[in-house]
Amino acid sequence: MANVLAVLEQRGGALKSVSHEALTAARSIADGLGGEAHALVVGPAGTSGGGLGEYGADKVYLATDDALKLYQGDQYAQLAADRVNGGDYEAVILPATALGKDLGPRLAAKLGCPLVADAISVAYEGGIVVSRPVYAGKAIYTLKITAAPSVICIRPSAVTPAPATRDGTVEEIAASSQAGKAKPATTVEVKQPERAAVDVAEASVVVSGGRGLKEAENFKLIEELAEAMGAAVGASRAVVDAGWRPHAEQVGQTGKTVSPNLYFAIGISGAIQHLAGIRTAKVIVAINRDRDAPIFKVADYGIVGDLFEVTPKLTEEVKKMLEG
Amino acid sequence: MKIAVCIKRVPDSEARIKIGSDGKEIDGSGVKFVLNPYDEYAVEEALKLKGAAGAGEVVAVSLGTDAAQETIRTALAMGADRGILLKADNAGVDPLPAARVLAAELGEGGYDLILLGKLAIDDYSQAVGTMVAELLNLPCVSAITHLDITDGKGKAEREIEGGVEVVEFELPAVLTAEKGLNEPRYPALRGIMLAKKKPLEVKDVTLDPGGLEVLKLALPAERKAGRIVGEGPEAVPALLDALRNEAKVL
Ligand SMILES: Cc1cc2nc3c(=O)[nH]c(=O)nc-3n(C[C@H](O)[C@H](O)[C@H](O)COP(=O)(O)OP(=O)(O)OC[C@H]3O[C@@H](n4cnc5c(N)ncnc54)[C@H](O)[C@@H]3O)c2cc1C
Ligand SMILES: Nc1ncnc2c1ncn2[C@@H]1O[C@H](COP(=O)(O)O)[C@@H](O)[C@H]1O
Repeated sequence: MANVLAVLEQRGGALKSVSHEALTAARSIADGLGGEAHALVVGPAGTSGGGLGEYGADKVYLATDDALKLYQGDQYAQLAADRVNGGDYEAVILPATALGKDLGPRLAAKLGCPLVADAISVAYEGGIVVSRPVYAGKAIYTLKITAAPSVICIRPSAVTPAPATRDGTVEEIAASSQAGKAKPATTVEVKQPERAAVDVAEASVVVSGGRGLKEAENFKLIEELAEAMGAAVGASRAVVDAGWRPHAEQVGQTGKTVSPNLYFAIGISGAIQHLAGIRTAKVIVAINRDRDAPIFKVADYGIVGDLFEVTPKLTEEVKKMLEG
Repeated sequence: MKIAVCIKRVPDSEARIKIGSDGKEIDGSGVKFVLNPYDEYAVEEALKLKGAAGAGEVVAVSLGTDAAQETIRTALAMGADRGILLKADNAGVDPLPAARVLAAELGEGGYDLILLGKLAIDDYSQAVGTMVAELLNLPCVSAITHLDITDGKGKAEREIEGGVEVVEFELPAVLTAEKGLNEPRYPALRGIMLAKKKPLEVKDVTLDPGGLEVLKLALPAERKAGRIVGEGPEAVPALLDALRNEAKVL
């Protein structure tokens, strides 16, 4: 009987929602295997591992140490590898966030096992079968994992967290496993932007603007709509390269891949590299004055028109709707 | 400063992907191949660091078929000093075997710094760099957008959700380059001429099969073009109605 380990992600001691997604995926594989779903939570003193039974954890391993408040890749990898080696695991599941994309491959290298990066589905069919996009989402692999353990990073929003009732017994484990490396790298600080914003890669609604906005200043139209909707602001590469917006907001092949419920592309033409980042969005809305813009070929709903007229009207109506 | 840069030959980002007749691989015929865009940032950073140090060597290492020699020549034309082709027929889909072969070569080289791209735009794994670091037991910072190195000590920045991590490390180290780190130079004509004469060593390697079996490779379900709900600001109520009552996302 083999188990599945979900490596969860916290920020400032609080678990992020992608953690529940990873745990839900672990639970479903564990059910297929007839094994248990375990969670590993690493964080500063005071981080809680409680309540995870509600997402399917049979057991929660909690490693707390203030030295692990920030993500320390070299240490986290050793800690996770020690946990995997200390149990009977068929698979390890992580969210494919900035943390998971760094930690997942490190862990696979330490364990000498296969890695599935950025999976969009995971299922147990007499073996673990995953799908993952390649070539910027232009093609999708269906893969069968033929070795155990394996490490699987699962894209945010690919799994819907499902309630479950398990014990979720918390066991504290030592956080101070040897760093593994003679001289580990150390994260010394996390610089936060002045205004804490929702990140495009994790938001359920994203409002993106492109060159059609004409100048940096006009992005306030995008910001106002985003604020009205509780959405994250995204941008095309054209406007990031022009210095109007930070790279962190870029959506697409050389930016972020997003999978929100709702994506607005405003004044964005829909270049193939931009589309690469939004293929897994559930609903795409385009606002563009050019009826032939490629974005309309993938958009679920479109408005042909001048964004300088349409966007403020949309913001106003959204406010009314959400208030009313 | 002795720096290795790992570079990969990948289909151009504009390339239309066709699936081969076996349904498990792409059909590469007619596809234009380029130096992986993220590896351009890595090469550029290596050249800048060597320039700043005033001395050193930049070695471009690629694992691939003979065709990857062309990719290595591109890096040499940008200014790298020499190239190494680790020649293998097929890299497979599991990133670890490739990382092992690269690590075995890089571990022998006595490099102060090993640079890679954040991600290869073909397999989209974003894995080989951090794997190489673990296999070599070297400190690692992935997806960096900023780098300072002074007196054998480095400080790098990487973007995370809603912030920027600042990471300190000592050399030797492994770093992977994110867009924003620098502006890669274009090879100048002189560089292209010089590149032809620079040394390029070819070594045969064998990859282990890895632990992933391809069941199929397929094109994604095409997104159906939706509908234009109307023109101009008058269309806004119709849009919101569709989002709320049809798509049920509001
Ligand atoms: C290797 C590589 C990687 C890349 N990676 C990315 C990436 O990650 N993300 C990305 O976005 N791009 C990427 N690109 C760039 C991409 O090819 C396009 O150049 C870019 O997406 C264009 O941005 P845009 O749509 O904002 O601008 P444009 O293509 O200029 O489109 C502007 C749109 O605004 C519309 N418009 C203008 N005025 C108005 C108005 N008043 N009202 C309404 N509509 C208006 C126009 O009709 C047009 O459709 C990459 C390119 C390469 C080569
Ligand atoms: N076959 C290869 N040859 C040389 N470098 C590679 C190869 N595969 C991956 N890399 C390096 O590893 C980085 C990340 O690749 P990947 O993990 O495949 O997305 C790339 O940007 C390259 O720098």
